[in-house]
Amino acid sequence: MNLPEAVIDVRGLCKRFGDKTVVDGFSLQVAKGEIHGFLGPNGSGKTTTIRMLCGLLTPDAGEGRCLGHDVLRESDAIKREVGYMTQRFSLWDDLSIEENLHFVGRMFGLAGRRRRVDQALDELGLGGRRRQLAGTLSGGWKQRLALASCLLHEPRLLLLDEPTAGVDPKARRDFWEEIHRLSAAGITVLVSTHYMDEAERCHRLSYLAYGRLLTTGSGADIVAAQGLSTWAVSGDGVERLTEALRQLPAVEQVASFGRQLHVSGRDAERLQAALEGFVDAHQLRLAAARPSLEDVFMHLMRSARDPLEP
Amino acid sequence: MTRFSLSRWLGILIKEFIQLRRDRLTFGMIVGIPILQLLLFGFAINADPKHLPTAVVMAEPGPAARAFVAAMENSGYFDVRGRVSEDQAAQALARGEVQFVVSFPPGFQRDLVRGRPVAIAVEADATDPLATGGAVAVLNQLGGELFARDLPGRRVDARAPVELHVLRRYNPEGITAYNIVPGLLGVILTLTMVLMTGLAMTRERERGTFENLLATPATPFEVITGKLVPYVLIGLVQVILVLLAARWVFDVPMLGSIPLLFGVVLIFIVANLVLGITFSSIARNQLQAMQMTFFFFLPSMLLSGFMFPFQGMPEWAQALGSLLPLTHFLVLVRGILLKASGAALLWPSIWPILLFTVVVLAVGLRTFRRTLD
Repeated sequence: MNLPEAVIDVRGLCKRFGDKTVVDGFSLQVAKGEIHGFLGPNGSGKTTTIRMLCGLLTPDAGEGRCLGHDVLRESDAIKREVGYMTQRFSLWDDLSIEENLHFVGRMFGLAGRRRRVDQALDELGLGGRRRQLAGTLSGGWKQRLALASCLLHEPRLLLLDEPTAGVDPKARRDFWEEIHRLSAAGITVLVSTHYMDEAERCHRLSYLAYGRLLTTGSGADIVAAQGLSTWAVSGDGVERLTEALRQLPAVEQVASFGRQLHVSGRDAERLQAALEGFVDAHQLRLAAARPSLEDVFMHLMRSARDPLEP
Repeated sequence: MTRFSLSRWLGILIKEFIQLRRDRLTFGMIVGIPILQLLLFGFAINADPKHLPTAVVMAEPGPAARAFVAAMENSGYFDVRGRVSEDQAAQALARGEVQFVVSFPPGFQRDLVRGRPVAIAVEADATDPLATGGAVAVLNQLGGELFARDLPGRRVDARAPVELHVLRRYNPEGITAYNIVPGLLGVILTLTMVLMTGLAMTRERERGTFENLLATPATPFEVITGKLVPYVLIGLVQVILVLLAARWVFDVPMLGSIPLLFGVVLIFIVANLVLGITFSSIARNQLQAMQMTFFFFLPSMLLSGFMFPFQGMPEWAQALGSLLPLTHFLVLVRGILLKASGAALLWPSIWPILLFTVVVLAVGLRTFRRTLD
């Protein structure tokens, strides 16, 4: 039994709202202790998928297990062992920090609740403000409180839905250090995000668009699999030449990174030839670049077709 | 200052119309409330109630008594529910099943024919003074006219010596407050209990905290009943306040058992709370829950016998009113306070509230969504 234990193992999950298919044939395996990044544009089905994994939504089709429990029939057992952090702050604004934690503790029937809440407050550094109403906390503190509350019952799996949206860089950094510490302790984490630096911190990534899983793998694998060549074009007035660059043969994508433009395509030789001519004509600089995750994801997104559009 | 812009103004107007149209329930309420309430209350409410249920106690049936009973029915004010024994009549009056008991003494026919003075005893349930006023007036007229006309040739002269003894039971002075104040107890509880719990779940849903609650292992039964208990206490506080005011401000008599009163109050509170929480799990937002509450509250006020005599409404309206817990609660609270009725006597008004609670709770548990589907 050397195989890593799969904490999430689902196949063909589908979810429809009315006649709109929000998640279509989603399959994923996540190993114990893995930090799995969940990426994709807004409306790609990330939240719906996470909700199906923790039993808040019933899949219309598909099967699988989460922590060894059937996702269709054993959502109660799953709920007890999963910590779910919602996209929007969903603790009670009109309860104090301490009262929120005690409530969540009671919901999970924690033994030694008082001690665990005190411990959580100490770890949060909120011991002195325990009586402050949760609604009056700043965004960063709300996020830390939400994380603490979903860790209270010592879950084996954390499902985090855009946990760092609207949080300042320092708080984000602290947050990710905590995630890695938890992962090292054997807790599996599935985290959705729009930030590429956060994606880089994940062990493996999944990219969704229009309800379909486009690719899964480590960041490096995903970049390599797309076979993209990328060049960085820079120089005065380069921003105004974006449209002209897009018209060049073999150019599939132009994206700005700071004051540079990343120009990507799969036909490396033709792309290089076209760019060298263009750069000379416009007195710009050209440098080979390693395609970033963002280049690759934008490329994936572009090649995925929206099933709602003809 | 910026000038009034017609296009801006139209923009706001159009947006409001679009949003109104999208909110199906509100739209339904806008159309439904006036039509339904108008039909319901326009036909159901009657400030001069007729067809009041009446029991007749007749020791010795005879043509004169029968003629009197027929005349009562013809007046339109009385619906004679048959002849019963004295005990049965008293019980029916206490339960509020009949509004009047008309008793003919033994030897009524004989005495009348012989020209001896006779008396008919009429007991009226005067808890609600409004319900009996018109009928008693008619009854007074009937006595004199009837025997002058219907017994010609007998030795009865035009001024028949028939006396009508009208006994206003339970509220002899016809003090409206005796009827209204106990009734208000039910009305206040209906509104506050349904409204408060009606908002309880929709508030969680609107604030997004419902998702967090659902992510915990809490079961629907735990959530629903757990949310109810605090409101039971609030309800009891209200009851104590109203009862204190009834006793010390309005001098409402409290003849019956106070523990029994609290027992039925508790049953009634739970019935309303269960309804509120069921509204709450059906409604999508707080506004809808509020609308549902008022949709329920209006008929409760008007069809329960609180504002208008229950017995005076047409039968279909009474049938509708019988579905409402308040209708039964009014019988209970007036019965206990003003008539000193006991639990056994009042049972016919207790079980409908219990049944209501069980049915509504079942609906609530079924509609409670354990998922966000």
